Amino acid sequence: MRRERVRVVAAEPVGPYTLLRVARGGLETGVPGQFFMLEAPGRLLPRPMSLCLGPPGELAFLIDPIGPGTRALCALARGDELAVVGPLGNGFRLDVGRPLLVGGGIGVAPFPFLSEALGRPPALLGFRTAYHAEAAALVPNAEVVLEPEYVTARLRGGYDVLACGPEPMLEAVRALAPGAQLAWEAPMACGYGACYGCAVEIDGEWKRLCVEGPVLRAA
Amino acid sequence: MLLNASGCLDALTAPETARALDAFVTKTVTPLPREGNAPVRIAEAESGMLNSIGLANPGRERFLADVLPRLRELGVPIWVSVGGFSAGDYAETCEQLEGIAAIELNLSCPNVDEAPESASEIVATCRDRTALPLFAKLSPAAWDIAENARAVAAAGADGLSLVNTIRGLALDERTLSPKLGAAVGGLSGPALKPIALAAVYACSRAVDLPIVGMGGVRSGRDALELLACGASAVALGTVLFADPEAPSRVRAELAAELAARGLERLEDAVGLAHAERLLVRKPLDFAVKALV
Repeated sequence: MRRERVRVVAAEPVGPYTLLRVARGGLETGVPGQFFMLEAPGRLLPRPMSLCLGPPGELAFLIDPIGPGTRALCALARGDELAVVGPLGNGFRLDVGRPLLVGGGIGVAPFPFLSEALGRPPALLGFRTAYHAEAAALVPNAEVVLEPEYVTARLRGGYDVLACGPEPMLEAVRALAPGAQLAWEAPMACGYGACYGCAVEIDGEWKRLCVEGPVLRAA
Repeated sequence: MLLNASGCLDALTAPETARALDAFVTKTVTPLPREGNAPVRIAEAESGMLNSIGLANPGRERFLADVLPRLRELGVPIWVSVGGFSAGDYAETCEQLEGIAAIELNLSCPNVDEAPESASEIVATCRDRTALPLFAKLSPAAWDIAENARAVAAAGADGLSLVNTIRGLALDERTLSPKLGAAVGGLSGPALKPIALAAVYACSRAVDLPIVGMGGVRSGRDALELLACGASAVALGTVLFADPEAPSRVRAELAAELAARGLERLEDAVGLAHAERLLVRKPLDFAVKALV
């Protein structure tokens, strides 16, 4: 874990989302599925974002402007400065034989980086609308599903599933694919185990998602 | 002298942050394990944040067996925050603690039911069962906090920790339902600072106990203000969530603030906000020495 003030390289629209690209500075990219805490201008608490892409010299985050913090992050422009802490938490295990990425909505955020690390495996991505599905262009070999159809309807056996998306989707995926790696989400203040805000009950056990997750095994 | 506010840092997951402090204060330990409140447990509010963690902790037995030995290896003096639901709960934990620098009695968690006894009765019960320095952490939600300070001082407290969070509520912007699962939580951050300054100001006139001031400290300037109101040490809370490097930054900023005013030592700033000289208080050194 390292904290650094970095500059925004670009903030690019991707459908309703924003791809926020910042200078990497001395920060490491970490493992796909790990996350960073991004200072949101004018807000007290930073916001957790998984790494979307790690091109040379940059870190890029795909952000959905759903609240005051994420809206402030999406409003950043080239040259603006922000503090970034990370990489944090546990990412996906990459020692899988036949990977399939399963994502929903903004849950596709860690997949571009993950896809590269796994050699561009097939991906099954669900979105609310075709506009939201523009984010699928960031993920190689993606098959897109639009509501009212769900990704789980097209889930086939024989794959090592790595999933990220809304909680109902993760629950449905783990019912169909025991052993899947699931990236969970919870509001958190710190991202490094200090606040206990992100504790969630999974299989009868309370876990701090930031230090024991965000990626957990389904079984 | 810089500490963390209880519940705002896990020294085992962030040892470097803890080592940058003069003492590490643990998350509150209760006799039995507690999972804490149902999510959502954290929410941002105007100029502050709310938490309703609800004293999640592994319980006394596991804390003493597994956690405390590992904390002792960090090489930073340890304060253990003790909580409970009766004076006996607090006292039993105090009795079993040893090899630490001090005990902070959490007499004011806004997220759980209070013990039936008063703060001073709890302090008196604990005083009988431990020789360790006892700091009483008081709530700012009292009409006359100075009266509470006098009562815990008379009961044998060695110092005060001021202040705990104060109850607050935030609503979801779309649904208008409470953001927190428990609806109400403890407010911390910048919004708490004026409240903390007032509490430290009042208590430092009422008693001669050393005071650890906390509430909304983000900078060396904030720390200086708590000292000026009468605190002998300052603790960092919410700022740690956004900046794990806050201890070294605030320490450097405070040193610069003191130097800019021609003050040689931190002690020279204590009480500057008061028109009259404050009662001389015991130096805090006794509570930060590493007792390993």
